[in-house]
Amino acid sequence: MGLSEPLRIIGDGGDLPDCQVPDGLGEKELLELYRWLIILRTFDERAVMLQRQGRVGTYPLYWGEEGTTAGALYACEDSDWVFPSYRQNSVGILRGLPVATVLGWVRGYGGPAGFYNPRDYRLGPICVPIATHLPHATGVAWAAKIKGDRTASLAWFGDGATSEGDFHEGLNFASVFRTATVFFCTNNQWAISTPVTRQMATRTVAEKAAAYGIPGIRIDGFDPLACWKATKDALERGRNDEGPTLIEAFCYRLKPHGTADDPSLYRDETEAQKWMHLEPVARMGGFLRRLSILDDDQDDELRREAKEMIAEGVRGLESVEQPGPEVMFDHVYASDNPWTFIEGLEEVNSVARKPEVAPPQGPTPPSTGDAEPLPEGE
Amino acid sequence: MAELTMVESLNKALHEAFSTDERVVLLGEDVAKTGGVFRVTAGLLNEYGGERVIDTPLSEAGIVGSAVGLSLYGLLPVVEIQFDGFVYPALEQIIVHVARYGWRTNGECPANMVIRIPFGGGVRAPELHSDSPEALLVHTPGLKVVCPTTPSDARAMLLAAIAHPDPVIFMEPKRIYRAGRQEVPDDMPFDLTTTNGAASSLLSTARVARTGDDLVIFAYGATVPLSAEAADKLQADGRGSARVIDLRSLYPLDVDAIVKHSVECGRAMVVHEAPRTAGLGAEVSSLIHERAMLDLEAPVGRVTGFDVPFPQFANEDDYLPSVERITRGAEKVLDF
Repeated sequence: MGLSEPLRIIGDGGDLPDCQVPDGLGEKELLELYRWLIILRTFDERAVMLQRQGRVGTYPLYWGEEGTTAGALYACEDSDWVFPSYRQNSVGILRGLPVATVLGWVRGYGGPAGFYNPRDYRLGPICVPIATHLPHATGVAWAAKIKGDRTASLAWFGDGATSEGDFHEGLNFASVFRTATVFFCTNNQWAISTPVTRQMATRTVAEKAAAYGIPGIRIDGFDPLACWKATKDALERGRNDEGPTLIEAFCYRLKPHGTADDPSLYRDETEAQKWMHLEPVARMGGFLRRLSILDDDQDDELRREAKEMIAEGVRGLESVEQPGPEVMFDHVYASDNPWTFIEGLEEVNSVARKPEVAPPQGPTPPSTGDAEPLPEGE
Repeated sequence: MAELTMVESLNKALHEAFSTDERVVLLGEDVAKTGGVFRVTAGLLNEYGGERVIDTPLSEAGIVGSAVGLSLYGLLPVVEIQFDGFVYPALEQIIVHVARYGWRTNGECPANMVIRIPFGGGVRAPELHSDSPEALLVHTPGLKVVCPTTPSDARAMLLAAIAHPDPVIFMEPKRIYRAGRQEVPDDMPFDLTTTNGAASSLLSTARVARTGDDLVIFAYGATVPLSAEAADKLQADGRGSARVIDLRSLYPLDVDAIVKHSVECGRAMVVHEAPRTAGLGAEVSSLIHERAMLDLEAPVGRVTGFDVPFPQFANEDDYLPSVERITRGAEKVLDF
């Protein structure tokens, strides 16, 4: 599968030519989207370091897929609801969610140290089970339609998610009830060790859209502008009551599935190197330089700001105390706690509490990116 | 005040909910045009239109999954699962999301919805139309699970469930859907936007269905009238007077009532259609033994379904607790 087929706007600075910047993206917008990419990249690299240091738990990397998250989100209105899988774990920080909350979640914290109010950010909870958040995205846009709002919704998921029943149920309901929902599939060709050829016998994810009578758009998933453009168009169709769209952002998982994964057990890692020149951060940086709207000083400044933003989040994380046992019980019910909770709390409070156990320090994965070592205490 | 069957009473409650709160929407298979296979939702489509009374694709996971999103955006979904055995495809959404959303969002976005499930056997139905899956749901933290037994309770409890801020699994004993009529009040028990109404207590308290002093029988759903019949027989046979308690709330259990009645009667048993092992009877029995051991004259008895798939209906009378089996079970506890 060549890259000439999917929608692509940014070239690779070599044989692949650049295309016209889509309408709606001026210099300011392009720089802002680039800033988002830098923030996501910085978070991801820092999170991997924190895991190596035993300061957060197992962490699912997204290095190389920042464009699918930032590009799609940038196309959304602020009032549109987005539903992340764990691969978009940090997307909330682009909508004002504290970095420390996301890191708290990765550190295994519940309650306000790791959870948030979805309505504050129009952001579903980080969804761990595969594809189960797709019907939720459908439901939100459906409710908006019933209420007469223009709110749309978007859900991110991977190629493996297309094998789940909830993928079908989400898309089927959305198409039958014509909800303004964007189903954004990041096809990175790997579900931990399972290649995409074990997920589906179809050639593409996009062609599955035919089963729902909706558009299926295939784009270069390493191209943030293609992600933006396809999402923007899909949202417009949705708001015009033309129903949902399935987007397949075709790319390659450049890094391990997570910090506990060792891809050398199941794939030839030289394959990842063949795709590396397309990774979205350097690619968009090069594009902006070719357009003369970014120079090295600006780039350095954006990276410095992002590092400070994430560092502040790390400091925030370190300042949070391990949640007490009451967070296990808090808010399981919105109504009064059942009597079993009162007895449970009494029991747990009647014994001495063990000190917080540091998350297991994972084995250093073989290819976790080029993050700088993190100074102790930062 | 009209005399209504449980089906009519549930239907009345839904009409009342729809007319008083425009956030209420109904989703299910064949609920709109047909009015549901049991006609519980009859007339709603004509009254409130297709945007709120929705025939969905045949997809329980899709129905419940979409309802999570509807709830997130401020609607109040009432979901009908057509038959007990059809809830299994939706269990992932119920366990993984519906039950956990409030906890996962610091209490800001509980997936408040009502999932109505006609359940239980005795209606000569095909396979997977007679199951009693309540223990699976009772065992799922974050859900309230209730089961009305009388027409009057059915209306009040359904309205209370819709108003309740937590997701409520509403088990409807289909065998007694039309078993009898009862006066059902016309007054609106409370504002659906509050939970302060008197009816909300029905969601957590048991009810005395028959008085008696020598033995207490805990039951719910279709086994409540059967247990009352067994109690009448015991009395007629001079074996003693049995009290029958309709649990109503399956989670949380009304532990105060369970202990009080057990202490007062000194002998207790539990009856349900669901399989025995790790069924609700095990929990009730355990509570009684833990909290009223010294007041008991006998170990707590159980009359339940067996640990088998609900049989083809030619054998359902062999499977289901009957008046005779309940009477035998009661005699064992009385004779201990």
